[in-house]
Parts: sequence; structure tokens; C-alpha cells
Amino acid sequence: MSAAEKAQAAQSTRNGWLLSTPALVILTLFAVGPLMIVAVYSFLAPGQYGNVEWQFSLDGWRGILWTKDIFDDTYGLADANVTIFWRSIRLSVLTTLLTFAVGFPTAWFIATRPAKSRALWLFLITIPFWTNLLIRTYAINEVIRNEGLLNTLLLKLGVISAPIQLLYTDTAVFIGMAYVYLPLMVLPLFAAIDRFDMKLLEAAYDLYASRMQVLRRVILPIVKPGIIAGSILVFVPSLGAYVTPRVLGGGKQMMIGNFIDLQFGQGRNWPLGAALSLTLLVIVTAALLIYVKYANRDTAHGH
Amino acid sequence: MLRPRVPAAQYDQNQRERVTLSQTNAVEARNAVKAFGEGDNSVRALNDVSVEIRKGEFFTLLGPSGCGKTTLLRLIAGFEMPTSGTILLDGQDITYLPPNKRPVNTVFQSYALFPHLTVAQNVGFGLQMQGRPAAEVKETTARMLALVKLESMANRKTSQLSGGQQQRVALARALAPQPKVLLLDEPLSALDLKLRKEMQIELKRLQTETGITFVFVTHDQEEALTMSDRVGVMSAGKLQQVGAPKDIYTRPVNRFVASFIGETNFLSATAEPGAARLATGAVVEMPGLARSGPVTVTVRPEQVRLVDASEPGAIAATVKTLVYFGTDTHCYLALQDGSELVARLQSPATGEVGLQQGQQVGVRFTPGAAQIVED
Repeated sequence: MSAAEKAQAAQSTRNGWLLSTPALVILTLFAVGPLMIVAVYSFLAPGQYGNVEWQFSLDGWRGILWTKDIFDDTYGLADANVTIFWRSIRLSVLTTLLTFAVGFPTAWFIATRPAKSRALWLFLITIPFWTNLLIRTYAINEVIRNEGLLNTLLLKLGVISAPIQLLYTDTAVFIGMAYVYLPLMVLPLFAAIDRFDMKLLEAAYDLYASRMQVLRRVILPIVKPGIIAGSILVFVPSLGAYVTPRVLGGGKQMMIGNFIDLQFGQGRNWPLGAALSLTLLVIVTAALLIYVKYANRDTAHGH
Repeated sequence: MLRPRVPAAQYDQNQRERVTLSQTNAVEARNAVKAFGEGDNSVRALNDVSVEIRKGEFFTLLGPSGCGKTTLLRLIAGFEMPTSGTILLDGQDITYLPPNKRPVNTVFQSYALFPHLTVAQNVGFGLQMQGRPAAEVKETTARMLALVKLESMANRKTSQLSGGQQQRVALARALAPQPKVLLLDEPLSALDLKLRKEMQIELKRLQTETGITFVFVTHDQEEALTMSDRVGVMSAGKLQQVGAPKDIYTRPVNRFVASFIGETNFLSATAEPGAARLATGAVVEMPGLARSGPVTVTVRPEQVRLVDASEPGAIAATVKTLVYFGTDTHCYLALQDGSELVARLQSPATGEVGLQQGQQVGVRFTPGAAQIVED
């Protein structure tokens, strides 16, 4: 490389940094900054009426899983917290699986439509985004509550003799989240399937693969980037979901998001809230790392 | 479809004949019809095609795009089911068998290699799906890669290969499970001319070495003539003529076959016993011709010889244009009745054929070269 070329390369690197400055400033100010504040707060003591006392304490972190006995000051496992964590992870995994099970055939259907009608189908998929999340969640509430559409219909048809209690259960939260996050699964899956060469189906079928083998050995490995993207887009917001568990879980079926909210509100335990927020961040990051690592290893060996 | 009633004895004999015939045929299509669309809008891509492809031969389906050749190939592969008719493989009815149950493999026009697998994994795919033991898969894959000279590429991704190399992988992948019939759907059309010539020789070599029946689809008449044992010429959903390349070229049955394969001249004539009288009054000797009435005579430009205008029996003609092509010179002639004729003359060492525009010449056809064709 000549001196002139080097100078030019350096110049283009400088230009690159210059162009990304606005984004870096915003990220620092509104993401890294607040995160630092949260990290600091998690090591302080709770104030009497919310806020924090500037005094080092590990109680916030300890409070994630342990609770102090009010009589003898010993620490025991906080069963309620474990239940909330377990419910959050379980419901998020289930939501991701359900959105995939429903979203994959949907995305396949759209991707195999003629180019003209494909745009219309994609447009229809995005319609739920037009409405506020809260309103959509209340719509689900309207469908599944005891006097709601679903129970009325089933009663009229004589399938059930008494309304099924769906609202304010884990199932309600699960259904609600799957509904809300379904488009986030469909869109990346569609993008991946759209690039898929349908000739490969004939090629695999011609080479003695059964329908199941065509799916497992050809389609799924090739559209995997779409599956990974869709799963991340659904799993991450599910884990931190706030509105859906609040409206459909009725405050009883809490998830991490509601639990954090509780600490900053009625609980008046900001350090615990901050520690919980960071724990959520760690869980999400760990889940993503494991997932991506597993997915990549899978591709490398091709089995 | 209703079958015509045939007396029992005759039917039995037909059956017996068919069985003995089938034993020598790798693939057979019987009265295959394939219609796309419904009702009045339906289009018959294949209109009652029957063909017998023999074991171990290189058979080419030749025709312009839209003639139904690819549809016939897809019926044999199992990607489409015929509207009516039967497809037989080794004498077994496979008409409604799905592709993964047929011992037939396809080389696709776009190759359709699996992008997530390596070259070796692509080649071994069919064997794996058949549930062959890992050692056999490995051994056969290595043998196939050696056959197409790609041993060094075994662990590459297919996207890292050139077009010609991808073509070879597609061939190795389709040959690896040792199919009874290999179907090739215009596999050379995406390659440049030089590579195409190389692959033509390569394909012929592979076919000879493996002894597998090849059914090759192309619209390129030169490809068909140089590679095939037999050619089936198709047009408008029908099989026009089946035969060895030489038969197809020298004895085309109709105007379409004569004009689609090579260049040719057509002349209107009246048939007489043993000869055809052209519109100019000149007589072309055709021993064995036993029909009368108006016919079309065809003769290849390279079978037209120019002689002195005064030679007895020669057809009088005027030189209109001369076009120099290097190895030969095309001479465009006008006969007395105004009909046109092209003669292909070998260029002499000097490049000059010694003719001038407007010159009066005599025309003779090489004996046996003139043929009667149906319209």
C-alpha cells in the first residue's frame, strides 16, 4: 500500500467515525448513561419514600432471590421471586415456540403467493401495529374473559357448560403475548423464506428425501437466520413484557417487568428494582449468546 | 379415460408384445397428455406423446421453448402427474409415484445445489436420504467427485465454485445414487460457449462410463446432434420424429423437423412415379417415390451442386447473392419460377468461388439428397 493509499484509508476511517458521531452521542446519553445510573443505584440502600440513600449496600442484589426473615434476620429463598423468574422464562419460551409454530406456515404462505398479492398479505400482517398495544391487549381481554366472545360462543355451541376461567391465568398472558409478538416472528421468517430457492424442494425431493426430511434437512437449515432473528425479536420483549401480563394476568400472574415496576412504585425499593433490571439484562444477553453459539455450531457441521 | 374395446385375443397379444418391448426400454411414455389450467383456458403442454427410451442410450428431447419437452421430463421425474396416459420405468408403471420413490435423478437447469452444504455433502445427499451406511456414502461421494474431477473441492461451499464446477457438482449429485435414468434439463444453457463444448464431451464421457440412460432436454440442435444416440424432436406438445441424429438430419419427416434442425431449402413440386417435377418444369429423380399430387421437396444447402448452365438435366438458376462465411460460401439462387434456393459451396484456397452476381448456372442435387417432407 502506498503512502497516498494509506492516507486515503485513514481519511475514510475518520469520515466513518464522524458520520456515526450523532448515533454514538445518542447511545451514550440515553442508553449507556442511564444503564450506569441503574448499575450504581443497585448498590445503594433504599430511601424511605422511594429514591435511594447514598450508602453502599448489597441488599438490592441479595433481594433478587433471598428474603430477610423479619423475626431473626436470617436470609431464606424468596419463593415468590423464583416463581416470577420461572414464569417469565417459561412464558417467553412458550411464546417464542407458539409464534414460530403459527408464524412459519404463515410466512411460508405469504412468500409463496404471486408477487402482486404478496404485498397485500404483508400489509395485512402489519395492521395490528397500527393500534396501541394497550388497546390490542384489552381486545384480547374482551375475547377471553368469562362473559367474553370465546366463552359465550362455546356455551352457545354447548361445548362447555360453564365459562372457562382464562383471564388472569398464565395461559391468558401466554396467548396475549403470542398474539402481540406474532408479526415480529412472521416478518423475518418471510424475509428468509422469500430468498429461499423453491427449486431446492424439487432437488431434495428428487434425491429421495421424504417431505419431513425436506423440511428438516433443507428448508429449516437454510431459513435459520430468519428463525434466529424472529426468535430474538419475540423472546427478548416477551421476557421484559409489562402491559400484557398486567392486563391479562391481573397483577397476580406477575412477570419480571411487573416486578421491577412494583419496586419503583409501591415497593419503594429502587436498589432492588435496579438490580432486577440488570438481572433481566444478564438473562437476555446470556440467552442470546447461548442461542447464537448453538445455532452457529449447528451450521458449521451441517447436521 | 375410456379405453377402446379390443377383442380378448388381440388384447392379449398386445399385452404380450408390450411386455417384451418394455424389457428393453428404460423409460416409456404412453399417450401422455398434460393440460395446464382448466376449462376453456386450459393449454395442452403435452398432446398425446408416446415415446420409448432404450436402456443405456443417450436420448435427447429437442424442440423450441414451449414445445413440451421439459413437461415430459417433469412427468418422468415425477414433479408433475399427467392428465392422462402412463409413464413406465423398466416396464413398471410409475405414473403416480412421487419423485422420492423413483430411481430417477435430475440435473436442473439452475443446478439447484444446496447452499448450506459443502460440495461433498451435496453429492452425498441422495445416498444419505436413501439411508445408506455412512461408509458407503463417503466412499461413493469420493468416487463421484473423482469422476467429475472435483476431489480438491470436496469441502468447499457451492457458492465458492464457478458455473462449470457447479455444473459438475450437480452431475455428481444426481449420479451418486446410481439412478436407472438421469434426466438433464437444459443443463448447459447457463454456460459460455467454450465451457459448453467441454461439458458436451464430458457428459458423453460420463454417460459411456456409467452406462446410465440419459434423457437430455435442449433447444440447441447442434448439442442434440453431437451428443445423442437418438433424438426426439418436439413441437407444439407433440413428438414430431424420433431417430438417430443422421436419420433426423437426412430424412426429416416434416417441414418443422427439416427446418428446426440445420438449414434447408423447400421447393414445391408434383410427385410422379420415381421423380418429382418442380414448378419450373425440371425433374428431380427420386427412385422409389410412389405417390402423386403436390408435394414439398427439401434439400440441404450443402447437397446442392452448381454446374455449367448448358449441362443436360441441370436446373437453370441465376446467382442472386454470394455470402462468404470462411469455410464455405453461401450462394443464393433464383430458379426460373422465382423460387429461391441456397447452395453451400466449400470455399477454395483463394476464397473465390468463381461466380458473379447475375450469372446463369445449372443446379444439381447429390443423388438421394432430395427428400419429400409433409407440411
